Amino acid sequence: MNKKHLEISTVSIEFPTPAGSFKALDKINLNIKEGEFVSLIGHSGCGKSTVLNIVAGLYEATEGGVILDGKEVNEPGPDRAVVFQNHSLLPWLTAYENVELAVKQVFKGKKSATEMKEWIEHNLNLVHMDHAMHKRPSEISGGMKQRVGIARALSMEPKVLLMDEPFGALDALTRAHMQDSLIEIQSRLNNTVIMITHDVDEAVLLSDRIVMMTNGPAATIGEVLEVDLPKPRNRVELANDAQYNSYRASVLKFLYERQRNPADKVA
Amino acid sequence: MNARVMSMLESKFMTKLLSMSKPGKINWEEGVKKILYSFGIPLMAIGLFLALWGGIASQIQTSLGQVPGPTKVWQQAVSLYDEHVEERTKEAAFYERQEKRNAKKLLANPDAKIKVRSYTGKPTFFDQIVTSIITVLTGFIIASMIAIPVGIISGLSPVIYSALNPLIQTFKPVSPLAWLPIVTIIVSAVYISDDPWFSKSFVNSAITVTLCSLWPTIINTTVGVSSIDKDLVNVSKVLRLSWFTHITKIVLPASVPMMFAGLRVSFGIGWMVLIAAEMLAQNPGLGKFVWDEFQNGSSNSLARIMVAVIAIGLIGYILDQFMLKLQRSVSWDKNAVLR
Repeated sequence: MNKKHLEISTVSIEFPTPAGSFKALDKINLNIKEGEFVSLIGHSGCGKSTVLNIVAGLYEATEGGVILDGKEVNEPGPDRAVVFQNHSLLPWLTAYENVELAVKQVFKGKKSATEMKEWIEHNLNLVHMDHAMHKRPSEISGGMKQRVGIARALSMEPKVLLMDEPFGALDALTRAHMQDSLIEIQSRLNNTVIMITHDVDEAVLLSDRIVMMTNGPAATIGEVLEVDLPKPRNRVELANDAQYNSYRASVLKFLYERQRNPADKVA
Repeated sequence: MNARVMSMLESKFMTKLLSMSKPGKINWEEGVKKILYSFGIPLMAIGLFLALWGGIASQIQTSLGQVPGPTKVWQQAVSLYDEHVEERTKEAAFYERQEKRNAKKLLANPDAKIKVRSYTGKPTFFDQIVTSIITVLTGFIIASMIAIPVGIISGLSPVIYSALNPLIQTFKPVSPLAWLPIVTIIVSAVYISDDPWFSKSFVNSAITVTLCSLWPTIINTTVGVSSIDKDLVNVSKVLRLSWFTHITKIVLPASVPMMFAGLRVSFGIGWMVLIAAEMLAQNPGLGKFVWDEFQNGSSNSLARIMVAVIAIGLIGYILDQFMLKLQRSVSWDKNAVLR
């Protein structure tokens, strides 16, 4: 549990622009233990997604690198499954077929056809999507799409689950539902998760650690907060919990006092 | 504004109530509206067009007499059909006579050498239509078999795209009339066979159609493939899909609408090109029919050419509708409105 699992070491990235190179991230250092749930929080445009994309292998760091279980990450792969912000289900496949595409890819030759079918159905059950698994994305709601996206990511049995603002596009009630589902799944599977969010409550409720990022350009980690609350957590019980509220307050303070929203400065 | 929306909602609600009590009446109203839009209005427009045509045509005198109106064109369409039937009867009679003669010969001498000659009558208007359709389909299918893979590859690879783009952009605007002499000369130099499967004129026309109908499919497929949602491409990368799975599961379904838009433009161009090529090269087909009638210069020629023009238009329309059906059957999004 405490061994070095995922290591993000001195990661910087520069993007070429017509006006010269733009340094988006500057020396990000982060070690994540197995089974740990880490949230990245920061104002929009601070490069949270860029960090995630580097871990996913979709971007290549200009400096530094990412090491997962002793191996350097240099290309995307199913061991680092991504849940995208806008679900990214293939619209021409049903929920079942979307998960099937991932399962067939990862467990080809390792599972028999019946085992694969069971595994696909198991993962859809886990996110409570078994009733609509033969529907296309256009026939189900936004929350349901995101559930299928999570089922697809979980079905790959990833070493790290990367979630890019998974509930950002959902309404508040659906979001709360999804967070509860994620708590439930997490208490069963104990995955290593990196989640990007801009929702303070979501971060405190779900995470073991909250990584707060400074504003870009050359964004880096500003502060790391350990959330030492017993799990599984219950949002209603925590609402009046002093400890919970003090965590909440310290994240808010970081975001709105130490790192003012760059949009405010302009105004 | 609000009041209007309210009253609209109200009337919708009322309609619903009414339809619950008296379903027959509401359906009847809806039905009339539907019939009006799909038959009534188009028929009125066609009627107006025919009247306008008749009116203007009667005012113009040409070297071949008065410009024919709808009635005269219709008469010629009927007479073209009669000629076709007559030609077929003649053909049947010819084969019957030949068979009888051969049977007689065999009866007299079982070892006699039998000669079977094929009928060499003049191709009718309907024969020309069939020739043209077969030619355009051949040219179009060859073009699509080249254009779709090329489009996919150049949509996936920026290197290949920048290599092909100047060539595509240069050849795209070339008129079929410019291709035709080159194709004719190359085909007669290269396509030499004692027992050819296809006639040279057919090969010439089909290749000319191919050369002109490649480009829209290539360009549209390229655009369709290169504009696939980046997230879907990322999904494919995270899953490490093989290129084959990537193409069949992600690229093809995503680019089907653009691809078909290109295919339909290509098909339309191919059909137009074919008629021009047939006219210019005297290759069998509808174009040759038009040209022959033009050269013929009888008092019926203009009307017959107009029959051909309408036939060309209708066939083009039917072929396009056929493509639309095909698109509907391969497209994943059955709710998309296709026009």
